[in-house]
Amino acid sequence: MPSLPIVNSESSDIEINLLLEAIYQKYGYDFRQYSEAHIRRRLTNRLMLSGLSSISEIQHNVLHDPVFASQLLQDLSITVTEMFRDPPFYKYIRENVIPILKTYSFIKIWHAGCSTGEEVYSMAILLKEEGLYERSTIYATDFNEFALDKAREGIYAAEIMKEYTSNYQQAGGKKSFSDYFIADYDMAIMDQSLKKRVVWANHNLVTDSVFAEMNMILCRNVLIYFNRDLQNRVQKLFFDSLTNGGILALGSKESLRFSTLEDHYQELDKKYRVFKKKY
Amino acid sequence: MAHKYKAIVMGCSAGGLSLMKELLPALPSDFTLPIIIVQHISANSDNIWVHLLNTMSRLHIKEINEKDLIQPGNVYVAPPNYHVLVENDETFSLSVDEKVNYARPSIDVLFESASHVYKDQLIGIVFTGSNHDGAAGLRKIKEGGGLTIVQEPSTAEYSSMPLAAIAATKTDHILPLEKIIPLLINLSNPIHP
Ligand SMILES: C[S@@+](CC[C@H](N)C(=O)[O-])C[C@H]1O[C@@H](n2cnc3c(N)ncnc32)[C@H](O)[C@@H]1O
Repeated sequence: MPSLPIVNSESSDIEINLLLEAIYQKYGYDFRQYSEAHIRRRLTNRLMLSGLSSISEIQHNVLHDPVFASQLLQDLSITVTEMFRDPPFYKYIRENVIPILKTYSFIKIWHAGCSTGEEVYSMAILLKEEGLYERSTIYATDFNEFALDKAREGIYAAEIMKEYTSNYQQAGGKKSFSDYFIADYDMAIMDQSLKKRVVWANHNLVTDSVFAEMNMILCRNVLIYFNRDLQNRVQKLFFDSLTNGGILALGSKESLRFSTLEDHYQELDKKYRVFKKKY
Repeated sequence: MAHKYKAIVMGCSAGGLSLMKELLPALPSDFTLPIIIVQHISANSDNIWVHLLNTMSRLHIKEINEKDLIQPGNVYVAPPNYHVLVENDETFSLSVDEKVNYARPSIDVLFESASHVYKDQLIGIVFTGSNHDGAAGLRKIKEGGGLTIVQEPSTAEYSSMPLAAIAATKTDHILPLEKIIPLLINLSNPIHP
């Protein structure tokens, strides 16, 4: 077993801060208020893979080698996702939030931090089955352009679709999941109609601002990477983007407790972390 | 009154649930060191077993929410499908990062980040399991000056995980569970100057 580079001294904390500052100044990506433990873990992995010996060396490479820099940005962004992740959550949305959305003539939904799109296709399927898709617009945003490209393509490994089929069924799916994609050898190509109402866009939650008024915002498993202050700031962005009575859905371990706006929401469900902006 | 140690991290996999049922109820209500546990568990499982353990024990046992503050007298359990990391300010972070050693939560991820924060004030324990998660993490704890304990493999329901941990690092104590319990109670007592 190769031994881990030692990234556990106070000086490495300083080096990490300097590196994040350098990335921000040079490329405009702001990781300075991300979870330190998460950043440290990702950088340690990169050190091991690259054969570099210190964070300062990473900093040197980031500043002088655009390919390395782009690689590192990928390292710092966790894009792991699933279709119908937490199936009972989608079941809850289907049974309890869809009836609220049905009262609107046009529905705008924002997936903030949509990664490679699985969550977006899940929502599109759900809206179709509930007869709301044609009057909906889904804004799907992420700051990771590679992830967005994959999302736009909508092509996934056929093998993983088996797992998603079970998620889909547990989520209360009404049809056969295979109706929503074409299997082509080891790939599954999502049905083109599922993209029709989707607007894909690059948006950075830390540095970009409100871009439309939404009836529902889903931001799941993104805020866990942000520290308290940053969460509070991003929650302000969501609050300003939601219509009165709009729905906010967070990841299964996330909450509004670090947001000064918590009192302006009604908690619709404790377990599934779904909130409604008060009128 | 002072403590040499500030926290205990534990990892278990196959056989871990019955082990926890024996270990946690045996700890007294004045057990002061916070305990952080990664038990490998399937992604969609609920947390009924955490509630069950809580009703059986004198300590407060809870599933971790992101940014919970680590406090004495509590036992924190990693939620299914999330890695757990410890921050410098002694709060938890969660991540949905790729699996490590086929596991999420992974013992190595918890141990490595806890070691960064607690250094020589950390106790790490590897219990029963049929893989090698925790071995690299325990070595990290040792390198940081922490205390390393492994369940005596012949007494573990599944021995591969303890064996892998012992092979990866110099272990301070290799003991059966019934001897680990009094050792922990002893280590948790404040040092009287
Ligand atoms: C773990 S994925 C979550 C995907 C999906 N929402 C889910 O729950 O399965 C986190 C996503 O957040 C994105 N992200 C992280 N920081 C961001 C930022 N500042 N602005 C926009 N997206 C961000 C990452 O690129 C990544 O795709």
